[in-house]
Amino acid sequence: MSKLPRFATFGNELYTGKRSYPFVPKAKLWFMIAAAAVILSILIPVAKGGFNLGIDFRGGSEFTVSGAANTDISAGEEAVGEVASEARITNIAPGTVRVQTEQLSDDQTLEIKDNLAQAYDVEADQVTSTFIGPTWGQDVSRQALIGLIVFVALAAVLMALYFRTWKMSVAAITALLVVMVTTAGLYSLSGFEVTPSAIIGFLTVLSYSLYDTVVVFDKVRENTKNLDKSTKRTFMEQVNLAVNQTLVRSINTSVVAVLPVASVLFIGAFLLGAGTLKDLSLALFIGIILGTVATVFIAAPMYAWLRRNEPEIVRQAKRVKERRAQEAKEAAAAAPAGTAEVSAGS
Amino acid sequence: MPRTGPGSAAKKTLLWLGVIFAALALLLGGGSMWSNASWTPKLALDLEGGTEMILAPKVQGGADITQEQLDQAVEIIRQRVDGSGVSEAEITTQSGRNVVVSLPGVPSAETRQLIQASAQMEFRPVLTIAAGGPVETPLPEEQLPQPAGEPANASDDNWITPELYREFESTDCTDPATLEASTEAAPADQPLITCEPSTGAKYILGPVEVPGSNIADATFGLSTSSQGASINEWGVNIEFNGEGTQVFKGVTERLFAFQQGDPHNQFAIVLDGQVISAPTVQGVITDGKPRITGNFTQESAKALSEQLKYGALPISFDIQSEQQVSATLGADQLKMGLIAGVIGLALVAVYSLFQYRALGFVTIISLVVAGLLTYLAICLLGWSQNYRLSLAGVAGLIVAIGQTADSFIVYFERIRDELRDGRGLVSAVDNGWKRAKRTVLASKAVNVLAAVVLYFVAVGNVRGFAFTLGLTAIADLIVVFMFTHPTMVLLARTKFFGEGHKWSGLDTTRLGAVPLYRGAGRIREPGTAPVRTKNKAASKEAERRMTIAERRAAEKQESMAGSGPSTEKEG
Repeated sequence: MSKLPRFATFGNELYTGKRSYPFVPKAKLWFMIAAAAVILSILIPVAKGGFNLGIDFRGGSEFTVSGAANTDISAGEEAVGEVASEARITNIAPGTVRVQTEQLSDDQTLEIKDNLAQAYDVEADQVTSTFIGPTWGQDVSRQALIGLIVFVALAAVLMALYFRTWKMSVAAITALLVVMVTTAGLYSLSGFEVTPSAIIGFLTVLSYSLYDTVVVFDKVRENTKNLDKSTKRTFMEQVNLAVNQTLVRSINTSVVAVLPVASVLFIGAFLLGAGTLKDLSLALFIGIILGTVATVFIAAPMYAWLRRNEPEIVRQAKRVKERRAQEAKEAAAAAPAGTAEVSAGS
Repeated sequence: MPRTGPGSAAKKTLLWLGVIFAALALLLGGGSMWSNASWTPKLALDLEGGTEMILAPKVQGGADITQEQLDQAVEIIRQRVDGSGVSEAEITTQSGRNVVVSLPGVPSAETRQLIQASAQMEFRPVLTIAAGGPVETPLPEEQLPQPAGEPANASDDNWITPELYREFESTDCTDPATLEASTEAAPADQPLITCEPSTGAKYILGPVEVPGSNIADATFGLSTSSQGASINEWGVNIEFNGEGTQVFKGVTERLFAFQQGDPHNQFAIVLDGQVISAPTVQGVITDGKPRITGNFTQESAKALSEQLKYGALPISFDIQSEQQVSATLGADQLKMGLIAGVIGLALVAVYSLFQYRALGFVTIISLVVAGLLTYLAICLLGWSQNYRLSLAGVAGLIVAIGQTADSFIVYFERIRDELRDGRGLVSAVDNGWKRAKRTVLASKAVNVLAAVVLYFVAVGNVRGFAFTLGLTAIADLIVVFMFTHPTMVLLARTKFFGEGHKWSGLDTTRLGAVPLYRGAGRIREPGTAPVRTKNKAASKEAERRMTIAERRAAEKQESMAGSGPSTEKEG
C-alpha cells in the first residue's frame, strides 16, 4: 500500500516534467531496436521452418476425449492405429486428450470415436470430433488479411481526419506494423499453434494498439496546439512531455487490459488447454504489451521525427533556443550562482 | 452555487440511464413472458454442444456466387434439414460464400448426407419405368438387354447393360432407405437408376441432357384454354436460358418422335438424384418455355416450380469443416471462461483500488453497470436476432473488461492532471471530462471500427468475438457518459472526495498539486510558478507544467468561476 504515494509522485513528476524519459530525443535508438526486433521476428519463423500451423490450416480430423480418468497416450495410439496411419496425440489438460489425424472418412471417424471411447473408458458423447477441410484455414487467413487491410486503411483515414495531420496517421500505422510483426514473431517463438483464434487475437491487437496510440496522440496534439505562439518548449520537447505525461495512464491501461487477458491465458493454458481461449489470449497478451511499448517508443517519436524538418518546427525551435540563450545571459548577469542549474535544465 | 447546475444535470443523466435499464429489462421481461425471450443468453454450439458444418461452394471456373444463390442454397438446405425432422437447426450464410449449418446434437449419417448432397437439378430422358418394388421374377439371363453398341443419344437403350438391369430389378423404391440413399446422383454422363418418391415408380434414366443451371425461371399458374380463358388446371411453367432453349429443343424433337405411352417419350426432372416429375413430351418446344401440366394441385404446382427454381442451383457444396462439440466440453469451457472472467475482473478491481483508492470503486461499479448493460443487450439480441454467445464471444467480453476500464483511467488521469494544475475538484472534473471525452470518443471509435470491420469481413468464430467487442465498446461509451461522469460530478461535491481525503484517490497533496487558492485571500495565477523566486531551474519546471493552451483554458475557467482577480501573485 505504501506504493501509491510513490506511484503518484512518479506521475506528478512526469506530469510537471521534473522526471522525464527521453522517448523522443533517443528516437534513433528505439527505431534501431524496433528494426532489430522486426528482423528477428521475420527470421525466427523462417529459421523454425514456418509457424506451427494448427489443424485448421493443414486440414484433418481432430478428436477430443474429455473426462478421461486415465490419459495415457499409448491407449490412444492403439485405438487410432488400426484406422488411421498417422496420429498426433496430446494430453492437453487434466482428463482431456486430443487426437489429430489426417482427413478421415465418416466411417473411419465413427470407428475412431468408438475406439477412443473404449480406450479411455468414457461415454461416446465425451468424444468429440472435428473435421476440417484444408481450405478452411486458408479461408480464415485470407479473410483476416482482407480485414486487416480494410481496417488499417480506414483507421489511417480516420486518424488523419481526427488529428488533421497525415503524419500522425503514418506514425501510428508504422508502430502498428511493428507490433504486428513482433507479436507474430513472439507467437512463433512460443511454439503455440496458429489457429483461427490466434488470428482473432492478432486482429484485436490491431485495435488495441491504435486505441492506445490515439490516447497518447490526443495529448500530443493538445500540447503542440499553440506551438507557433510559444517559445517555452520546442516541438520535440512538447511531444516528449506529452508521452511522459501520459505514461502513467499508458502503464495503468495496459496493466488493466492485460490482467483479464492474463487470467484467460492462465486458465486457458494450464487448466483448460483447449484452443480458443489459449491461442486468443496469448496473441492478445503479447500484443497489448507490445502495443503500449510501441506507442511510447515508436509512434510518438516517429511523429516528432516525421515533422522535424518542417520549416515551422525548425523556426520555432530556433526561437526557443534564442529565448533560452537570452534568459541564460540575463540569469548569468543577475545571479552567477544559478547558471549551472540553468544549463543543466535546458 | 453549482449545486443546482451541473449537479442536477448529472442526476438527470443518471435517471436517464435508469430509464434505459428499466426499458431494456421490461422489454426482456415482456419478451420472456409473452414470447420466447430468455433471461440467459443463447449459447452458440461450441458452448451448448452440437454440430457445426461449414459448406463451401464448389464453383466451376472461379465463377462468382451471388447472395441470391446463397440464399436459395440456404432455403433448400433448410427445407431438407427440417424435412428430416431435426429441430432448432440454424442455417446461415457466412461472408457471402459459405453456408453454415448448426445442429444440436450429433446428426445421423442420413442428415449429414442430406445436407451435403448438392442441390443439383437435372433433366434426363426416361429409358424404362417400372413399379417401385423389387421384381419378384427376374428376367432370365438370355432375355437381359444386351447393348448392341455405343449409345447414339441419351434416349438410346444401349445404355442399359445387363448389370444395370439386374440392379434395376433389385431396386426397391418402397423402402425409405433406398429413397435416402439415392440422393447421391450418378455422374452426369452415366445412366441412373432412381425412384420417384411421390408415385413410388422406379426408373432407368439416360445421361443428363439439360442441367438445372440452364433454367432461368419457373412459375406456376392456371392453364389457359386456346380461347384464352382460364381453365381449372394447374401447371408449371419453365423458362430456359439461351443454351437450355437450344438443347431442350433438340431433346423434345427426339422425344416427341416416340409414341405416347412409350417411356422414351418422357423426360425426368431429377432433383438430388430423385425424380420429382416425369412429364411426357407433347410437342417440340422451340422457345425454351415448356409448360408441365397434369394432376397438379395448387400446392404441388407451387412446390414443383419452387423446386425447379431453387433446385436449379449452379453451385453445389463441399463440407469444409465439421465440428462436433459435446455439451460437457462446452460447459467446461464456458465455466473456465467465466472463472477467467471473474478472476480478470477481480484483478482489475484490486489494481484500480490500489491505484485510485476510493475512486477505484467508481471503476468497479461502472464495470458492473457496463456488464449488466451488455448482458441485457446480449439476451435481447439473442431473442430478437438469434444472437448466440460463443466461446470466442466470451473471450471478447473478458478482454472488454480491460478496455472498458481503460476509459475510466483516461478520465481519472485527466482529473488528476487538472488537480495537479491546482484546480478544485469540481472544476477539475469538469475540465478533465471535456478533454477525456474527446479522447475516449476517438479511441473508442477505433475499437468500434475494428469490431465492425472484423464482423463484416471475418469468418467463423471471429464474428462472435468482433460482435461482443463492438457491443462492449458501445456499452462502455454509454456507461462513461451516462454513469461514470455524472457520478464523478456528484462525488466531486461530497466532502470525502471534494476535500481530497487521502483515501479518495484525489488527494491533492499526494498529487503534488499547487492550489490556485493560496490562503488568506491570495490567489495564484494558474500556471504561474509560485516557486519562481526560488531558483531558475524550478521556474523551468513550472514552465513545463502548463502549455499555453492549458493556461488559457485555466484562465478562462478562473474568470468564469468569478473567483476574483487572477493577477495577484504570491509574495
